[in-house]
Amino acid sequence: MSPNMKMTNNARPRIGKKQIALLAELCNALAVSGDEQEVREIVLREVKPLCQQVEVDAMGNVLATRIGSGQNKARVMIAAHMDEVGFMLTQNDGDGLYGFSIVGGIDERQLVGKAVIVGREHIPGVIGAKAIHLTTPEERKTALKLEQLRIDLGPDGSGKVRVGDRAGFATQLTEIGPSIRAKALDNRLGVANLIELLRGAPENIDLLAAFTVQEEVGLRGARVAAYHLAPQIGIAVDSTPANDLPAYDDDDGENTRYNTRLDCGPAIYLMDGATIADRRLAEWLMKTAEEEGIPYQIRQPNPGGTDAGAIHKTRSGVPSISVSVPQRYCHTAAGLIRKADWENTLRLLSAALWRLDSKILTPSEA
Amino acid sequence: MTKTPSTKARDEALLALIKKLVETPGPSGQESLIRAAVAEEIKDYADEIRTDALGNLIARVGTKKPGGLRVMVSAHIDEIGLMVTHVDANGFARFIAIGGVSPLTCIGGRVLFMNGTRGVIGCERLEPNTAPTLEKLFIDTGALSSDDCPVRVGDVCGFERPFLDLGAHLVAKSMDDRISAAVAIQAIRALKDSPHEVFFVFSVQEEVGLRGATTAAYGVNPDVGLAVDVTRTGDTPRTIKMEVALDKGPAIKVRDSSFIADPRVVNWMVAAAKASKIPYQLEVLEAGGTDGRAIQLAHAGVPAGCLSIPCRYIHSPSEMVSYADVENAVKLLVRLLSEEIKLG
Repeated sequence: MSPNMKMTNNARPRIGKKQIALLAELCNALAVSGDEQEVREIVLREVKPLCQQVEVDAMGNVLATRIGSGQNKARVMIAAHMDEVGFMLTQNDGDGLYGFSIVGGIDERQLVGKAVIVGREHIPGVIGAKAIHLTTPEERKTALKLEQLRIDLGPDGSGKVRVGDRAGFATQLTEIGPSIRAKALDNRLGVANLIELLRGAPENIDLLAAFTVQEEVGLRGARVAAYHLAPQIGIAVDSTPANDLPAYDDDDGENTRYNTRLDCGPAIYLMDGATIADRRLAEWLMKTAEEEGIPYQIRQPNPGGTDAGAIHKTRSGVPSISVSVPQRYCHTAAGLIRKADWENTLRLLSAALWRLDSKILTPSEA
Repeated sequence: MTKTPSTKARDEALLALIKKLVETPGPSGQESLIRAAVAEEIKDYADEIRTDALGNLIARVGTKKPGGLRVMVSAHIDEIGLMVTHVDANGFARFIAIGGVSPLTCIGGRVLFMNGTRGVIGCERLEPNTAPTLEKLFIDTGALSSDDCPVRVGDVCGFERPFLDLGAHLVAKSMDDRISAAVAIQAIRALKDSPHEVFFVFSVQEEVGLRGATTAAYGVNPDVGLAVDVTRTGDTPRTIKMEVALDKGPAIKVRDSSFIADPRVVNWMVAAAKASKIPYQLEVLEAGGTDGRAIQLAHAGVPAGCLSIPCRYIHSPSEMVSYADVENAVKLLVRLLSEEIKLG
């Protein structure tokens, strides 16, 4: 199929009520690394009608293949991880009090006073701490350590959970004008985007959608998914921190370490801690954005990693790149994104796939 | 004391090759120029040359004859460098390291971007007696403002420093690991009557985590593997405690912090050096890793070792190797690949 073919309406996706409702369902679900069942069920329900092949692999990745109809189709793997950072109950202190550990990366200082949900039943609880009335000024200078904190489920909740159960923040998705506030936007946004891409997938590629597990603990699901799918091109669709507030503590006020900024469109990666993006793919995305009039930004090269870090090192190598929706307050109880950034990310990915020519990787120029 | 190699005749063609390789820019992920330079040097000698999906240049030399094996030899062609993270209102570019870059060796250094832009590295005012971090440094391209700046976020540069020939010792910003690329190229040219099918891999992205060798080793699927890389030395004032020194021959790696060389491979290498009367040293490196690790862990596991070129001041703009060690490394590598390999 010609890369210049006219796009259908499907290829110009929009974020409307349906998409936001699905994102809300995805974000409000609890799927801490290693126990992604809730999100997996939603994903399976959504993708089964869209794909010729859908399977759940040994680690729990959902691998959904939508086969195109053209000649010389590229096999394009797009990965979005289903798991989120959260907690695991580690010790039962009785009376509904549970010690817990952190799964993935969460700043311990942010835990105190947060409402949480535990297990597949979403048993409500709270991470409590001594009230300010009873603390000394000296105590208030240091953050409480994980060992000093408990999840308090009360007497009603204690019989309904056990050590090993996952827990997460209790935040429910809320629209705030042009923004969305929710937990687990990292990476239910990617999951939602990948579902939309399957809906409007072009015929010129085989779209190998991998809804992966255990990304937050080391890109573990993507590693086996990529081995199984053996793609020619890898794309991780994720969400990345936007630290774009003014530099409150800097003399000259110029924030030089923002990573990404809200309202500036999808963030294209050139390098992170796990991957150096394939330059041919970076140019393909940037050219698409420029020609389609879609705003984009280059994510500041920084540490951190996405599923691309696992995909590109698979088998004999897979040219790979990542695209993320910028998000303030990533890995906290409440992240914040702009609907426009989300829509532009989806538009960019969709338009780029429609234009993808399998000759993009020749001559080799990695 | 070893003889000073400068008193002996040196191979001017080898010196020209080294100069060409070390002066070609190629930070990790930007290896197209150095890959083309290497390909040009070996095209008349290899039986087959290809570039894999990540950009590794893979040259096959010979076919498997009775008693022969599939052998992978890996020398990485990437070097450490910098990537721009932000251009400020006055046109100064902030950056992040590609690979292990020390802020101490950056200050006052000069860089060359892949788009041809040149710049110098400056540093913010430091508190007395504090060491700089990379966050305190910036690249000055001579731009007057951000609009005027010829580089933008994501642009990549390498350090710029000409090759320096000190006679017995050679100095460059990228001896790590272009000197090994030179050794591998010389071996490709010299290799005759090998029973083996030898895959010379000029690997990419070693400095960011052995990434190229990981996929190359999967693709080549060798019976035995050797990395060729530089190693540190303990022969300069008040430095680390290490047995390896310049001018005492190439080093045969026993262990580093990411890799234990297969003892059978070590024995094979030692026996070959002894039989050919090539000076060698045994190497135990407390920190660092090479493509050897990536080869060893490929598929169901591969017996692997590493031939090291002793090198002072690694990851500085002035990495120093011994000319004699380089020549001996070539001899040892050719000898290793020319005979039947019996690992026992």
